[in-house]
Amino acid sequence: MADEPQQPKQPKKIVPKKYPMPEQDPKERIRNFNEVPIGQEAQTAILEAQRCLQCKRGPNRKVCMDGCPVEIDIPVFIKQVQEGNFEEAIRIIRQKQNLPAVCGRVCPYENQCEGLCVVGKKNEPVGIGRLERFLADWERKEMKKGKVEVPPPTGKQVAVVGAGPAGLTVAGDLAKLGHKITIFEALQYCGGVLVYGIPEFRLPKEIVHAEVDYIRRMGVDIKNDFVVGKLETVDELMRDYDAVFVATGAGLPDWTNLKGENLNGIMSANEFLTRVNLMKAFKFPEYDTPIRAGERVVTIGGGNVAMDCARTSLRLGCKESVILYRRSDAELPARREEVHHAQQEGVRFELLAAPVEFIGDDCGNVKQVKAIRMQLGEPDASGRRRPVKIPGSEFLIDAQTVLIAIGQSPNPLVPMTTPDLKTTKEGTIAVDEEGRTSKKAVWAGGDIASGAATVILAMGDGKKAAKSMHRYLTQDQSWPAPEVFEKLSCEM
Amino acid sequence: MRAKMYEIVKAEKLTPDVIKLEIKAPQIAKKAKAGQFIMVTPTEHGERIPLTMADFSPEKGTITIAALEIGKTTKELGTLKAGDKVFSLVGPLGLPTHLHNFGNVVSIGGGIGLALMYPVVRAFRQSGNHTINIIGAKNEKLLIYEDEIKTVSDEFYVCTDDGSKGHHGFVSDVLKKMIAENKKIDLVYAVGPIIMMKVIANITKPHNIKTIVSLNPIMVDGTGMCGSCRVIISGETKFGCVDGPEFDGHAVDFDNLTARNRRYMPEEAVSLKKWQGAK
Ligand SMILES: Cc1cc2nc3c(=O)[nH]c(=O)nc-3n(C[C@H](O)[C@H](O)[C@H](O)COP(=O)(O)OP(=O)(O)OC[C@H]3O[C@@H](n4cnc5c(N)ncnc54)[C@H](O)[C@@H]3O)c2cc1C
Ligand SMILES: Cc1cc2nc3c(=O)[nH]c(=O)nc-3n(C[C@H](O)[C@H](O)[C@H](O)COP(=O)(O)OP(=O)(O)OC[C@H]3O[C@@H](n4cnc5c(N)ncnc54)[C@H](O)[C@@H]3O)c2cc1C
Ligand code: SF4
Ligand code: FES
Repeated sequence: MADEPQQPKQPKKIVPKKYPMPEQDPKERIRNFNEVPIGQEAQTAILEAQRCLQCKRGPNRKVCMDGCPVEIDIPVFIKQVQEGNFEEAIRIIRQKQNLPAVCGRVCPYENQCEGLCVVGKKNEPVGIGRLERFLADWERKEMKKGKVEVPPPTGKQVAVVGAGPAGLTVAGDLAKLGHKITIFEALQYCGGVLVYGIPEFRLPKEIVHAEVDYIRRMGVDIKNDFVVGKLETVDELMRDYDAVFVATGAGLPDWTNLKGENLNGIMSANEFLTRVNLMKAFKFPEYDTPIRAGERVVTIGGGNVAMDCARTSLRLGCKESVILYRRSDAELPARREEVHHAQQEGVRFELLAAPVEFIGDDCGNVKQVKAIRMQLGEPDASGRRRPVKIPGSEFLIDAQTVLIAIGQSPNPLVPMTTPDLKTTKEGTIAVDEEGRTSKKAVWAGGDIASGAATVILAMGDGKKAAKSMHRYLTQDQSWPAPEVFEKLSCEM
Repeated sequence: MRAKMYEIVKAEKLTPDVIKLEIKAPQIAKKAKAGQFIMVTPTEHGERIPLTMADFSPEKGTITIAALEIGKTTKELGTLKAGDKVFSLVGPLGLPTHLHNFGNVVSIGGGIGLALMYPVVRAFRQSGNHTINIIGAKNEKLLIYEDEIKTVSDEFYVCTDDGSKGHHGFVSDVLKKMIAENKKIDLVYAVGPIIMMKVIANITKPHNIKTIVSLNPIMVDGTGMCGSCRVIISGETKFGCVDGPEFDGHAVDFDNLTARNRRYMPEEAVSLKKWQGAK
């Protein structure tokens, strides 16, 4: 009984499936960079919201909200959508969430809010992500863009290093509390992975710019082209700021270290995606930065990054885009929706196979990937079954471009230039549960503290840190003992 | 979105194909050290390209770059005038030149490398070294930064390929002669075309003379996040933008660098043609 909604007004018949999200046809969309899901109409959003049962949380009863890392009041905003009060609905979301148009697109809601949705036990869950996206898009189109009201200044100054989701969240949350925020960002645009990594067809950059603009309208000062550690160190920033939040992300590409990896045509997913997304090489020569895919592109890896590479390659005009992944379909770390979209678009999945060597031509260009078949053995530390090479099963795949999408490590620059900032073996900055670091008045969060994760987890880190920073700035300046961080940095 | 932010305070053609720009960037000027570079993006549609700082003045709040106009982006920079602005400017990037009193330092520059060489030899001199500078170009007209380098030289040699000034021949000839005459050399610093740096490294290697070269791999961000700039040093992959741009010349795989720098030749030609057509 505990699973049933409490006091339903009347037993209502639930529409079993989400209302469909219109999408560009796969054949059409692989020829453009426009967004794949087109977005829902207001009427559809209201109908979708009406599938919601308005569940109440209980001690033994987890509902959607419990799955949301930033604790959006989901049933409350959905109620407003049911009644067509979109302005109120987005206001409720904005209380907790600074980047709704982004998260409504790239959050893994299937494992979060929608994963806990009560309707989802027997039917498809309520399309919470779609509703969030709808409201954010509605707001961007319908509402006027004035200054965003913030409380009177507290007189406290905060420096945020890195304008990815974690940094933007801290900036937004602390600006809402009246602190003066300055963001220092290395690149020419803000958004972090949202602008340089995730492709246009999943997350139009115009949307990221609009979300950043919202934060700017809260009075946050943004300094682009500012590499902390080069132009000024964290210690230098601390002369002018009362607190610092470090959110520099995991932008350092991992390599296979196999023979031939430096051949022309082989690049990191980061280089490929940065050229295409940040520098807009997909519009070459209208934009100056070049990119080339060639006939066949082989992408190594199976996460979201790999899916983005494989799907981008198709749009750049390659004839075949192949994913080479060492485990099986079930272990693909990418979101299911991304895998599904890639399959629809004709990406070929070469599963249970790993590269062993890259073979080049006489001019130093890659021409083939030598790969080997794998089988799954015993589970490893992560619980996933370990891939094992099948001896003698080597095979060759022709390729003009090879993209290495096997992971990213934390950006080393800030830890390297901040002597008393403790790091873990993996190179992440050691933080306690509030995001505090071994250096007093410095917090860290997002991928630089957790290792490569997700947008919403980075935002969740930002929320926690912002709360802790606010307390530090307004009441209690105590700081954990150094031993806490000694322990954190060896444990991990 | 954002506006163009960095103002050119002075623009000057050093040769028909080399533009020197002094740009207002007070914070970078304050932090810049010899051997470091900036990433510049002339317009919103532009490419991010690395250029070494040929000078920097914390007092004036400016940095100076000198670019050889070989392709779309550098030719576009070549059209800029005082008062114009560039879209984005990031720096100072890369590791500064390692400074120390080595003793006798022979610095060798060719072509556009002369602009990059100037702040480095100045710094060598300030660190107490005896600076022996060899500069070269195709002909007299293409010799840039000659006077500036001369002022920070204890010994100074000029070479031109056509003999229009100084020694008729290559900078490497002068170095070879010094070595043959058993001149005491504690460090060689070379900056210029890849082939020049390779030749110099090959000359000094048998004599075990420590040789530093400044590499110019193709970059995208210039901050260590993409690996476009990777170079092979003693068989190991390094990032030119964060581990360099200066490396031990005896450890560099120059052939790989040459091949990697040709990666986008067809596209570079398209870009240049489109731009010249539009002009
Ligand atoms: C291709 C790709 C696809 C992804 N897809 C998804 C997805 O679908 N859903 C999802 O939830 N997650 C996805 N992720 C993961 C997600 O994007 C990241 O977990 C998230 O962006 C981390 O946020 P962050 O704020 O910690 O860091 P980042 O987004 O990495 O931002 C860090 C920022 O700091 C700046 N910076 C770095 N060093 C300095 C410095 N020294 N000085 C100043 N600024 C600096 C960087 O330029 C950058 O702007 C994807 C990641 C990639 C690469
Ligand atoms: C650390 C460093 C410092 C440099 N300093 C100077 C300098 O002070 N003065 C100067 O004239 N040149 C310098 N260069 C080289 C300069 O960056 C290139 O000449 C310039 O990018 C060419 O761009 P383009 O569009 O005009 O020419 P293109 O037609 O695009 O390219 C011509 C050639 O330049 C190289 N190149 C192209 N794009 C890039 C890129 N994004 N990054 C690096 N090289 C590229 C390639 O080898 C290419 O074949 C430096 C390079 C590096 C890596
Ligand atoms: S979204 Fe799902 S879990 Fe949340 S209140 Fe509605 S029905 Fe319940
Ligand atoms: S230019 Fe991208 S890592 Fe060096």
